[in-house]
Amino acid sequence: MGRQLQPVQEMYREAKGGDRRALGRLLTRIERGGPPADEIGELAHVDAGSAHVIGITGAPGSGKSTLTGRLVELLRDNDVRPAVLAVDPSSPLTGGAILGDRIRMEGTPSTEPSGTRSTNDVFIRSMATRGHSGGLAVAVPQAVRLFDAVGYDPIIIETVGVGQVEVDVVGAADTAVVVMTPGMGDAVQANKAGLLEVADVFVVNKADRPGADDVRRDLDLMLDLSHVTGQEDGSGYRPPIVMCSAIDGDGTTDVWQAVADHLEILGKLGRRHIRRRHRIRAEIRATLNQALDSRIDDLIYSEVGERLVSDAQNASRSPSSAAAAVLDHLLGRR
Amino acid sequence: MVVGIEPEHSDKDDERYTATESPEYQAFREAYEASPLRDVPFETMSGVPVEPVYGDGPYPGQYPYTRGVYSSMYRSRLWTMRMFAGFGTAEDTNARFHDILRNGGGGLSTAFDMPTLMGRDSDSPWSVGEVGRAGVAVDSLADMEDLYAGIDLGSVSTSMTINGPAAIVFAMYIAVAEKNGVPRDKLAGTIQNDIFKEYQAQKEYIYPPRPSVRIITDMVRFAAAEMPKWHPISISGYHIREAGSTAAQELAFTLANGFAYVEAAMAAGVDVDVFAPRLSFFFNSHIDFFEEIGKFRAARRIWARWMKERYGAKNERSMLCRFHTQTAGVSLTAQQPEINIARVAIQALAGALGGTQSLHTDSYDEALALPTEKAARIALRTQQIVAHESGAANVADPLGGAPYVEWMTDEMERQAEAVFAHLDQIGDGSILEGVYAGIENGYFVGDIAESAYRFEREVNAGRRIIVGVNDFTDGDDGEQDLLRIGSDVEDYQLKRLENVKSQRDGDAVASALAAVTAAASDSSVNMMEPILDAVRAYATLEEVVAAMETVFGTYVEKAIV
Amino acid sequence: MVDRTPSKEPMSGGDVPLRVVLAKLGLDGHDRGIKVVARILRDAGMEVIYLGLRQTTDSIVTAVMEEDADAIGLSMHNAGHMTLAPNMVKALRQAELPVPIIVGGIVPKDDVQPMLDAGVAAVIGPGASAEEVAAIVRDAVSASV
Repeated sequence: MGRQLQPVQEMYREAKGGDRRALGRLLTRIERGGPPADEIGELAHVDAGSAHVIGITGAPGSGKSTLTGRLVELLRDNDVRPAVLAVDPSSPLTGGAILGDRIRMEGTPSTEPSGTRSTNDVFIRSMATRGHSGGLAVAVPQAVRLFDAVGYDPIIIETVGVGQVEVDVVGAADTAVVVMTPGMGDAVQANKAGLLEVADVFVVNKADRPGADDVRRDLDLMLDLSHVTGQEDGSGYRPPIVMCSAIDGDGTTDVWQAVADHLEILGKLGRRHIRRRHRIRAEIRATLNQALDSRIDDLIYSEVGERLVSDAQNASRSPSSAAAAVLDHLLGRR
Repeated sequence: MVVGIEPEHSDKDDERYTATESPEYQAFREAYEASPLRDVPFETMSGVPVEPVYGDGPYPGQYPYTRGVYSSMYRSRLWTMRMFAGFGTAEDTNARFHDILRNGGGGLSTAFDMPTLMGRDSDSPWSVGEVGRAGVAVDSLADMEDLYAGIDLGSVSTSMTINGPAAIVFAMYIAVAEKNGVPRDKLAGTIQNDIFKEYQAQKEYIYPPRPSVRIITDMVRFAAAEMPKWHPISISGYHIREAGSTAAQELAFTLANGFAYVEAAMAAGVDVDVFAPRLSFFFNSHIDFFEEIGKFRAARRIWARWMKERYGAKNERSMLCRFHTQTAGVSLTAQQPEINIARVAIQALAGALGGTQSLHTDSYDEALALPTEKAARIALRTQQIVAHESGAANVADPLGGAPYVEWMTDEMERQAEAVFAHLDQIGDGSILEGVYAGIENGYFVGDIAESAYRFEREVNAGRRIIVGVNDFTDGDDGEQDLLRIGSDVEDYQLKRLENVKSQRDGDAVASALAAVTAAASDSSVNMMEPILDAVRAYATLEEVVAAMETVFGTYVEKAIV
Repeated sequence: MVDRTPSKEPMSGGDVPLRVVLAKLGLDGHDRGIKVVARILRDAGMEVIYLGLRQTTDSIVTAVMEEDADAIGLSMHNAGHMTLAPNMVKALRQAELPVPIIVGGIVPKDDVQPMLDAGVAAVIGPGASAEEVAAIVRDAVSASV
């Protein structure tokens, strides 16, 4: 049977039974969106528990993939089954992408070629943004829910912390980890990108490099002076700054400890459900945005829309008045 | 008076070409006349005598050596015609070696198969399908004994192209020689041993950069103390270029790697003037004739200046950038392979006019497979034509002073200096740290991959013509006589390895390997003697690699684009 | 602005980027070609899951499953292709992954047919243009669905 034709329910059943091939295919359906994605969402919604969702972000070259790889190794050694969703930007010109996080995450190869990872205790999926910021905001939570439903916990979302959507995606995790490195003016950049507001844990990677302590000091200062206290403002929680060297594996345990501690504190403060609520709200909003976007496009390119565009072009009406007319159509007011 | 240098025209005419009165020229003349010369007429084929050099100083043999490292250049000694050989079993390659020596090749160059280059034995699961295919398989000292059987290692110079496990193969070579009664201080040659370009381009690494550099530093100290005729590192731009870099990137990355090794050796307490004279370089000679010549000239000038000014070298030999050249394998086309002979001839000439100390010319069929014997012979004949017929060897730096060539030399230098400035900056004032950082953050691999892609796009768009590939494509008859290595090599090699393992003293091997591991964990110990002991006990290549790996770990490339 | 910006295309059906795993099997370290191909396929609008050097049939199978790849590109430069490529075919069959394998690099003409017979979908010869490379991948994928 052609793989495109396999029904979603059947794949879902197989994925729950541990078939990673089926899980891989379901994730493709989610990425493509539309009715099959909704159907997967319905199924996963029922089974999803409360996996710990961790967002990891940082500038390109900050070593966040290597750090993610180290965390995955650590978790696997402790009989935990993590899933990783590695989000990378698509080329805005061609829509293509080179997704290389996987090789940065895989552990060091063993002496035996057959000894490279082959068990089903971890699942890594690369996802390109595909030029749809809105699509990503829908696809990521759906993929996370699917991972949760088939039994992966924790679920790590790794993104390049540059775009607002990526920041939102990470900020909507239970625990948001922001990775910085010495010598790149990272603390300042992160501040500009709005990452300081969403971070629950700061990691200074490449801590063996000169300047690592400066980054720590800068962060401390910003936390002190700018009243940046992460998302748990008013709770007394202060995002810790963890030093590590992902390439050697030094400090990985400390990073994990800080992440686990944060989850525990969220629980104690009774705030975890607030995070989840944020997440669900964001997802509903993103889904709505996407639906509206698509309807707006339909309208704009319809006969009515083209006429309104022409009107605005020959100055018989203003663009804002044209937009108001489109909105009326959209809301069925005309 | 030396043959053929007596000018027949007036001194006044002479002034137009050479400022013979200058003290610089007088010094050159003195050095030149003190050099032994080959017994051939230095005149054109029509019988016109020619000077050893034309144009302005500084002259060949004079700082900063832009015009050549020696005053008499090829008038004293032609470049070494070094042909790379290695395939199948050690015995097969040994036969090829004897063939090369019979045909007038002056040095042996050894290519190892992929498992050997990666420190794997032939019986490793990684080696399946690759044993003896792209070079000779060496698992233990027994293979090295076969490889150099019947060859007087005290009288040939050998070059071994290996990097990741270089220390072990180097130890095997010394052990073979000593078994044959040739003491180590008589051994002449080069081992490539340039690990930086592995992370940057060729990707045949085993350990992470820092431990790898420690092993190299040990080899350097060992050679400095005991092997006066050995070059323990050949700093290689060849592979950087093959991986797709531009000429200037090849130049810049290679010399930067050289500076980094110098800094590492100096940090390990080796005097720059003990270490630097042992360095040699290895460049690519690609098809853009004048760019290549400019690159070679710039390499000498930059190296001399940096060694003197930045690293405080006092010994003149520390400042000499002596290099081996190989024609560009990547320029060879699978389409109409015979026309590669013409490409190789142009590239070989560029090498000679650029002042190389030795040269390997590629065989025309290398884009398809390993060279056949006939193709390898034509390649050797090609450089013999350049050396003996073209007249290029009569005059040192014959293109020096030509405006285009001088401009190109300056331009290559300018681009290289910009790279050094960047590395110096990311390394906080240390080129060594800059190179480590550039490896880690993907600077080198990224820039090389971008250049490669830019070139491919230009070829693809027809902006660059590659004869036989995107233009002039008629005439590819598709018939080729290729060298094929059967899987019987693998079977043979596996049996041989099994025999070696069953006949050796297992306890001796185990304790020798333990000593290697111990030495690896103690950076104050030189690793060479323990490795020598291990190979003498017939520990296999992979066993010795593993003994160090437990301490050093392995390297995985993280930066991809 | 251009009419019909890409954001108009819904992600369901239609123009979905092909996902291609690129890898080198075994010890061979020549990665100039595979990096150029990665860029060619990216610029042809595909998503390249780049595994790079020193991969095994197992690690490639894992990646193909998890990434739900549409095709695998293997780059081979050291004459091991006649052993390694058929091994990859076998591994995929074992894992019931009907994904086409495209081989590039140095493959002598005489070896092309035996490789196709062994189950390799296509062999890209030296000198193939960017358009040809992308077309070969697209054709191999459509032929396998």
